[in-house]
Amino acid sequence: MIDTILSLTLAAIGLSVIIAVTRASRGPTPFDRVLAVNTIGTLIVLAICVYGFFDGRPEFLDIAVLYALINFIGTIAILKFFRHGTLGDHTIDDHTIGNHAETEEEK
Amino acid sequence: MSGFVVNAVLIFFLVLIAFLALRLHRLFAMVMLSGAFSLVAAALFVVLDAVDVAFTEAAVGAGISTVLALATLSLVPVEEKPHKVAIIPAFIALTTGVLLALAVTDLPKFGAADAPIHNYVAPDFISGSENDIGVPNVVTSVLASYRGYDTLGETVVIFTAAIAVLLIIGGWTRDRRRVSKQAEDDHAG
Repeated sequence: MIDTILSLTLAAIGLSVIIAVTRASRGPTPFDRVLAVNTIGTLIVLAICVYGFFDGRPEFLDIAVLYALINFIGTIAILKFFRHGTLGDHTIDDHTIGNHAETEEEK
Repeated sequence: MSGFVVNAVLIFFLVLIAFLALRLHRLFAMVMLSGAFSLVAAALFVVLDAVDVAFTEAAVGAGISTVLALATLSLVPVEEKPHKVAIIPAFIALTTGVLLALAVTDLPKFGAADAPIHNYVAPDFISGSENDIGVPNVVTSVLASYRGYDTLGETVVIFTAAIAVLLIIGGWTRDRRRVSKQAEDDHAG
């Protein structure tokens, strides 16, 4: 019973990954893509949790927690790069910011 | 059996993301898809019980590489240049791929206890670590002493690469942005 539920959950997560990958490849704005990649990361974290219980190794939960942290930091780094144009050096004025965001949206 | 299905689905995702990334011409989308590729690859490594490799893949592949590629994107145009299919590199890549796939059939079975790696040097290291090195943790004694020069070489390579990347990306973006800002001010004035 529980195995059926877990395998159905895995299948649903797989379907969601396909949808998120479609969004990441279609766009249209960069923020859609960032959100899609973040969603894929979250889904992978969920998949690792569910697979851990499915395979009888619940210690995979610890790995999933670390993945969630890495995913969060990665997304913050990407968004920070969009906001400031560099990582760490914030002496640049605001009007040079987000050149890529604008050029992609214009198309 | 269930493990086989999960592996097959994850590999299918890898192939799907790789093909989507090849089809696109917008560089930002490619960077995002390569980040997603690394995350799925990390999940595959977890399922294969290589948790340390999976951590490296998630931190370096999905994290640092994506950020470095984004930093590079600020130096280059948004779109990929149109180009013809390069025949010789494609041939070399395909041949290498086929040879590697053939070599896989010669490997010992996944998780086999009689694989050479479990019988050749590993027992020596495990039993000799206490007397040879005096460190109770076998992983530490292998990394820091049995193959200490290897680890030193790795560290030198990574350090050099980090300096080179910082010099190229860090220095260049700042100068270029300053120049473009100056040009804008001149234009406005």
